[in-house]
Amino acid sequence: MAQNIWVFCEQRDGEIQSVALELLGVAKELATKTGEKVGAILLGHKIKDKAQDLIAYGADEVHVVDDKELACFLTEPYAQATAQLAKQYQPSVILFGATSIGRDLAPRLSARLKTGLTADCTKLENDENGNLFMTRPAFGGNLFATIICPDHRPQMSTVRPGVMKKCEPDYNRKGEVVEEKIEWDKSKFGVTVIEEIKNDDSCDIDGKIEDAKILVSCGRGVKDVAPAKELACKVKGAVAASRALVDVGVMDHSRQVGQTGKTVRPQAYLAFGISGAIQHLAGMEESEFIVAVNTDKSAPIFKVANLGIVADAAAVIKNLNKLL
Amino acid sequence: MKIIVCVKQVPNTTEIKIDPVTNTLKRDGVPSIINPDDKTAIDVALQLKEKHGAQVCVLSMGPAQAENALREALAMGADEAYLLTDRAFAGSDTLATSTIIAAAIKKLGADVVLCGRQAIDGDTAQVGPQIAEHLGVPQITYAAAIDYDEESQALIVKRQFEDRVQTLQVKGKCLITVLSTLCKPRYMNVWDIVNQDEKEVGKITFADIEVNPADIGLKGSPTKVKSTATKQFDKTIETLELDAESAAKAIVDALKQRHLI
Ligand SMILES: Cc1cc2nc3c(=O)[nH]c(=O)nc-3n(C[C@H](O)[C@H](O)[C@H](O)COP(=O)(O)OP(=O)(O)OC[C@H]3O[C@@H](n4cnc5c(N)ncnc54)[C@H](O)[C@@H]3O)c2cc1C
Ligand SMILES: Cc1cc2nc3c(=O)[nH]c(=O)nc-3n(C[C@H](O)[C@H](O)[C@H](O)COP(=O)(O)OP(=O)(O)OC[C@H]3O[C@@H](n4cnc5c(N)ncnc54)[C@H](O)[C@@H]3O)c2cc1C
Repeated sequence: MAQNIWVFCEQRDGEIQSVALELLGVAKELATKTGEKVGAILLGHKIKDKAQDLIAYGADEVHVVDDKELACFLTEPYAQATAQLAKQYQPSVILFGATSIGRDLAPRLSARLKTGLTADCTKLENDENGNLFMTRPAFGGNLFATIICPDHRPQMSTVRPGVMKKCEPDYNRKGEVVEEKIEWDKSKFGVTVIEEIKNDDSCDIDGKIEDAKILVSCGRGVKDVAPAKELACKVKGAVAASRALVDVGVMDHSRQVGQTGKTVRPQAYLAFGISGAIQHLAGMEESEFIVAVNTDKSAPIFKVANLGIVADAAAVIKNLNKLL
Repeated sequence: MKIIVCVKQVPNTTEIKIDPVTNTLKRDGVPSIINPDDKTAIDVALQLKEKHGAQVCVLSMGPAQAENALREALAMGADEAYLLTDRAFAGSDTLATSTIIAAAIKKLGADVVLCGRQAIDGDTAQVGPQIAEHLGVPQITYAAAIDYDEESQALIVKRQFEDRVQTLQVKGKCLITVLSTLCKPRYMNVWDIVNQDEKEVGKITFADIEVNPADIGLKGSPTKVKSTATKQFDKTIETLELDAESAAKAIVDALKQRHLI
């Protein structure tokens, strides 16, 4: 019978990704309910020594494949390794981070293991019999669906980074480390890496405002936009503006939000010194979360803000830059 | 080179609103469109055709009205279109969907299969890699650029990660999933709009493909939707009078709670 809750522990350049530790945290909770163990799979090259960290964060057993075929992420070698281990040990659950790696590997594997996969979950629960209830957003986040996989094992899901909680690491925790060997079928690899280039970390505050996750938006109440740009950089967002700043030439028209500018729907819209004229609201009121900072308590922007703060915009931005 | 582009017709989810009374999705009057990533994939296929010569075929699984999406693809310049439609396909999850689409691709034959990375309604991004597995061909997902090198007869693909870009080479058959940022898809062209009328959209049904009936539709789907709920809007509207330092802390906390920083 299928047993144990597994986490695919993603590493990049030998560094365990935060989402893997978050998944160990939730796996431990799920396993406590069913009395199963938490298994970690760690694939890569020269990564053996990371197994102890995974135990500290909640793994009871770590299956390590340390092999040069796994130095760079490529779907097929990673799928072969994971499939071989899953077939051998028959876990009841395998969790992946919903990253560009997890969302590439997990569906390939689900088809290979002929089981179900739930995408990009934001909540995981289970019952005593080990059935998982996997909740995920669909329809652009307008709908939440709870998905089950009643008759197939392993139950698989990718889980959104940043949602689950890590445990406090305990380096006295005991666990087992098993080194595994994979029988490669290299004829199936197919894809070769010509080059791999890491992004430079410099921020892209001039990126398209329609694509930004967080927008730092300035209105006439912001006298100097340089600190706002610094803030946009720190939160990995972009800068936007009301028409007032575009009309005076402080900001480019491509950054204008509103009826005669762009309609945006970021996950957070931070409005500094913007009054909230109807033409401006038309372009941003669908944002997931709206923060407004304005010195005028009766400014209409506060009617759409989830968090409204009556304060001086420049001073708040300065403090934000200090904090972040 | 024969390219099959998998195209899904989707509701334009940016226009979907939630009925505040019934708490359900208001889908009436929401226009159906070609899934944005797929539209880019069609353009990529047409570019490969223009530069290197190829036959471009579009394939969609869906109800009869999905023919509109295929007609639009023909009007963009695709050579052939096929609609996979049958009651037996209804209720398929991604595994069952990919099983059906892969069976149709085997029947039609393809050197390169292009998919969108993700459909904006189901939002799983799973169908592409699952088709690749059923076909037994290599996959490259998150493609940000695709080129064909005539000398080595290989596709050169830039594959986007959160923190890096890989340049990959693949020879022979493969499946690639495309990001909509790869290029801006072309408009329909007048000549092709007129011509598409004369083209036939081929119908493919259960009887035409080799699939095990136990592997498709609702009963062939390992995942089931147990329940759905609409997004609960976070309506708490708070207006606080704070000094600048506390204001900054409140903002940082709120962003952290939402895992945005
Ligand atoms: C046809 C038409 C189309 C338009 N299209 C657009 C559009 O697309 N986009 C758009 O934005 N506008 C548009 N407008 C203009 C719109 O009506 C407003 O004039 C404009 O949005 C105002 O910009 P604002 O909020 O930055 O400036 P103001 O309305 O001048 O507001 C400035 C705000 O800053 C606050 N403030 C002042 N000092 C501080 C401080 N130190 N700290 C914090 N807050 C402070 C003030 O209390 C005030 O609320 C359009 C108008 C028309 C007629
Ligand atoms: C609320 C909800 C949640 C769901 N959650 C899950 C889940 O977690 N796991 C699961 O397995 N199923 C799930 N499903 C079922 C899933 O949405 C359907 O199987 C759907 O047909 C395909 O998934 P997708 O829309 O996510 O496509 P994606 O996998 O995001 O599509 C990627 C690409 O595959 C191609 N493609 C996809 N569908 C078609 C098609 N019909 N015709 C042609 N090409 C296509 C397109 O190129 C597309 O860009 C869910 C359904 C609903 C309604």
